[in-house]
Amino acid sequence: MSGEATLRPDIIENTPRVSEFRRFFRVFFNRGVVVFGMFIILLFVIAAVFAPWLAPYNPDKIDMNNALLQPGNAHWLGTDSLGRDTLSRTIYGTRVSLIIGLVVVVLGSIVGMALGLVAGYFGHWTHAIIMRVVDALMAFPMLILALLIVSFLGGGVNNVIMALAFAMVPAYARLMCGQVMTVKENDYILAGRSMGANHMRIMLRHLAPNCFPPLIVMMTMMLGTTILAEAGLSFLGIGVQPPIATWGNMVNDGRQYLLSNPILSFAPGLAIMLVVYAFNMVGDGLRDALDPQLRGVI
Amino acid sequence: MTTYIIRRLILAAIVLFLVSVFVFLAMRLLPGDPVLMYMSASSVQEITEEQLNLVRHQFGLDKTLPMQYLDWITGVLRGDLGTSILNRSPVLQEILRRLPITFHLGILAFIVATIIGIPAGVLCAVRRGGWLDNLVTTLANIGITVPVFWLGIILIYVFALYFRWLPVMGYTSPFENFWLSTKQLIMPVFCLAVGPIAGNARQARSSMLEVIRKDYIRTAWSKGLRERAIIMKHALKNGLMPVVTLSGMGVGTILGGAVLIEQVFNIPGIGRLTVTSVMNQDYPYVQAIALIMAISIVFSNLLVDISYGWLDPRVHYD
Repeated sequence: MSGEATLRPDIIENTPRVSEFRRFFRVFFNRGVVVFGMFIILLFVIAAVFAPWLAPYNPDKIDMNNALLQPGNAHWLGTDSLGRDTLSRTIYGTRVSLIIGLVVVVLGSIVGMALGLVAGYFGHWTHAIIMRVVDALMAFPMLILALLIVSFLGGGVNNVIMALAFAMVPAYARLMCGQVMTVKENDYILAGRSMGANHMRIMLRHLAPNCFPPLIVMMTMMLGTTILAEAGLSFLGIGVQPPIATWGNMVNDGRQYLLSNPILSFAPGLAIMLVVYAFNMVGDGLRDALDPQLRGVI
Repeated sequence: MTTYIIRRLILAAIVLFLVSVFVFLAMRLLPGDPVLMYMSASSVQEITEEQLNLVRHQFGLDKTLPMQYLDWITGVLRGDLGTSILNRSPVLQEILRRLPITFHLGILAFIVATIIGIPAGVLCAVRRGGWLDNLVTTLANIGITVPVFWLGIILIYVFALYFRWLPVMGYTSPFENFWLSTKQLIMPVFCLAVGPIAGNARQARSSMLEVIRKDYIRTAWSKGLRERAIIMKHALKNGLMPVVTLSGMGVGTILGGAVLIEQVFNIPGIGRLTVTSVMNQDYPYVQAIALIMAISIVFSNLLVDISYGWLDPRVHYD
């Protein structure tokens, strides 16, 4: 698992005139960890989509007669203090994590990219104002920023999504702005302008698509970061509220029974780690396949 | 150099001003009337419109927003961070009591992250492709993804509950009982440092790999220098520039992580105060903590920028 750029010279030289698309896949699937990451993500997506069929029990069904069971044949990962099946809750927790991750990344990146696009394209005062605001927001650690917003808005899925999306905006804006400032120096932008294209058209049709590659990489990695942050918020009891099963609040609930039933905290935590690791590795792979020069930038 | 530093200082001042405006506005944009919140927190039975106006006037809430900001910020600059809604005690006092604890934790984590992370990354780059490189790279990739609160719980299970080598949780001042304090800090400091260790190792590895390919390193080899001299004298200084930037960002990671880790290990620092005040909706605390965290991050970034100019004379101060 070398972290080196995977564009091995022998691969490039021995494959004359492959299409961009084929080259992308060749490089992307060249590394074992990337394939492993894709596999893990696929597994979790299946778990999220087919949760009702895959989960052996209703995740919220309380059964005090079977509370705090050790892992066994009936309950593969045991049960919690209310007799709820840990495996089922972990599977359903996948839904919360993935949905929140996805929505947050989409919302945050759209707003962030729009700000970065405008700042980078118009430059001067627009740039100065937007980017100083971004700088100021970047001065808060992401988790703290999200925590503050949730503290004002209150818990619940929607507010957590709003808070995390807002906390992500500055990072996207900064990267997008940098990209736009490089890309807009290209001659085709000048050509577009000289042919009378208006600002909107130049920004959306000519600039934005050419700025995308590093942002796609960032979005992939941010999926992991978001899931981690959401888990942190629920762990603190400030995010998504019980009885909805989330990995974060499961880890927290399990703490009280750590000595007798360590699996209650271990299982959901492992799920968090696996899925975040997978998104990071796939992000790494995307970066190498899209543009190896980005190594070290993102 | 002086102009560069002055420019950085001005930029930091602008960012600090904006940070303070955000924190101020966040409080004013709160759903609900702060006066009502204050009155309902105090045990006044009936609230008349007159009383409301009186309190409003008393707190200067009938002034315009910029004037209110001015009142607030001059107070902050004088060290008046307001009083707690919950118990009416001065916010500054409680924060000053807890700040050293988080600082103690954070500075240790920062040191650990630097002395483990950077050499590990450099070693990987020098012995690229070897078993050590593979091992460290894998561990670093896991290190940046592991949820720190979960890692803390696992450590508690293994080292405190199962082997009983370390105390489960708590914090003791090192001046009171140094040995106990150190034993209590091992796990939380490690948890806080894991992310920055992994980040430093990854960054040090990739930027060293880049430097090692440069022409002047080949020249150093060809003139027969020993490996140690090449790495230590020629490669390291250039290779570690990006790591300095990352270390500065590590301050934010550590502060954010402290919120989770202090909760796991029951450490009465700023992080736990954040969580309890958010839960109690004790906004003056929330406001003060946000301000203090942002200020420390702005300052550490400023320090990074300035040290950058000092480390690399080529940085053009434009």
